[in-house]
Amino acid sequence: MTRSFELSVNGKTHQVEVEPQTPLLYVLRNDLALNGAKFGCGLGQCGACTVNLDGAAVRSCITPVAVATGRRITTIEQDGSPTLAALQDAFVAEQAMQCGYCINGMIMVAKAFIDGGGTASDETIRDALALNLCRCGAHNRIVRAVLRAAGHRSGT
Amino acid sequence: MKAALPILLIAAVAGLAFAAIAWHPSIAPVAVAEPNEALVKQGAALAAIGDCAVCHTSPGGADYAGGRKLATPFGALYSSNITPDPETGIGGWSLAAFTRAMRQGVDRAGHNLYPALPYDHFTRITDADLAALYAFLMAGQPVRATKPSNELPFPLTWRPLLAGWNLLFLDDRRYQPDPGHDASWNRGAYLVEGLGHCGACHTPRNSFGAATAGKALIGGEAEGWSAPPLAGAPWTEASLYAYLRTGLDTHHGAAAGPMAPVVWNLGRAPDGDVRAMAAYLASMTGPAGQPPAADNAVMADSPGAAIFAGACSSCHGAAAPMTANGAPSLALSSTLQASDPGNLIHVVLGGIRPEHYRAGPQMPAFGAILRDDQLVELATYLRAHFAPDQPAWTGLPDVLHRVRTEGNAS
Repeated sequence: MTRSFELSVNGKTHQVEVEPQTPLLYVLRNDLALNGAKFGCGLGQCGACTVNLDGAAVRSCITPVAVATGRRITTIEQDGSPTLAALQDAFVAEQAMQCGYCINGMIMVAKAFIDGGGTASDETIRDALALNLCRCGAHNRIVRAVLRAAGHRSGT
Repeated sequence: MKAALPILLIAAVAGLAFAAIAWHPSIAPVAVAEPNEALVKQGAALAAIGDCAVCHTSPGGADYAGGRKLATPFGALYSSNITPDPETGIGGWSLAAFTRAMRQGVDRAGHNLYPALPYDHFTRITDADLAALYAFLMAGQPVRATKPSNELPFPLTWRPLLAGWNLLFLDDRRYQPDPGHDASWNRGAYLVEGLGHCGACHTPRNSFGAATAGKALIGGEAEGWSAPPLAGAPWTEASLYAYLRTGLDTHHGAAAGPMAPVVWNLGRAPDGDVRAMAAYLASMTGPAGQPPAADNAVMADSPGAAIFAGACSSCHGAAAPMTANGAPSLALSSTLQASDPGNLIHVVLGGIRPEHYRAGPQMPAFGAILRDDQLVELATYLRAHFAPDQPAWTGLPDVLHRVRTEGNAS
């Protein structure tokens, strides 16, 4: 049975009419036309659907819309985030994507990591991104891009 | 004044007697000997069963270099460096010194060790197996690493006190085979009771932190997780073997928390040894019951049911690919059948993530997805829906608070 839910996404309030168990991912893509979060596995395993919920990286495919009301949802479409801007520049500079399908999720994990004040090192970034899958093999470039965005250049 | 004299005398005699018990000589240091390869290999297999690396390795640190924090009800302890580094490790230890540490909890220099090192179990180990363990450790890479100081309150910092603990609780006797059972059972008993030290977590501890007499393996506690009962629990030998060997049994669920590294090690131990442990444990478990199938109507309209449908059912639903591939129904999950909701809360908050990027069962963490009230709704629903024969969990908010606090503290 559908119900009305109020969602705060990227600072804007939206009203959606959906069933409470509907994954946040479906609402973002189908109801709000925010297609940055990708459907990968639908099982919370790959990370392509990652968004930020109250600043923490979560998988939107296993986040029922009912638990996301009253909380701050941030997607890769957010305007005016210096962290997102830095990540975008760094991913371009490092040419860190091939097919690009996983990248939006990688960036949202990286944003939560940087905004959360994590100490950026090769090791901590690998650990933060360990559960985000990339099938192209761009991992090393992705790690370099996040290091660059965090203001820490690796030994190159 | 005259009456005080005999009391003083008794006190003096008692003090001297205690000093005699508490004093241990230093054992002269030795140089590390050339490794005997066959013995080293045997020792490596034994070290896996003993899970030595689990406590003696800090997160991200070198294997066996110690420094891992162990939270105990008495305060935090840090594990020792057991690499053969002569200064910060056990490089100067002779086999005699190693044997004394393993059986009496006394280090080479003569200081008592805390029983977080489960030497009260290691007393069962044979001389030959101790020699193999020693050879294996001595053949490792020496790592220079000094452990942080323990965080214990006075008077527990005064190590001679442990001589009293040993007097009360230490039974320094080797394992005696039971002629009423076959060789495999005896091998299993030897490993479970000794080197494997299963009781260190699965037996409740008394107020002195020692195993409670007469309550072996009825269930205990480990690092904030509950260690489920083994004695009397609904496990068969086949289930125990599958669980210990692979970390997953279709009638109980996946190993998580402090048990995850244990099964990872047992997955690499000699097969016959794991079968023997299963055989021994199966002789004390109860009949394997089949919990009733989940009734789909129970709390179907609750907020918890909606959370389950949106957050959990893509893996744990009846029609989910994971279920179709043989993952157990949650109705069979030991965690949902348990009297204490702590392990469920741990798993839902933190997920299951094998350490060191190892292969193993995985589950996403929901700690950032679900608020406390939503977690309570979900846990209430899971219990009512999947364990309808069990009483509802009480005190969920308190358990949640405890687990969240512990998670942040580590």
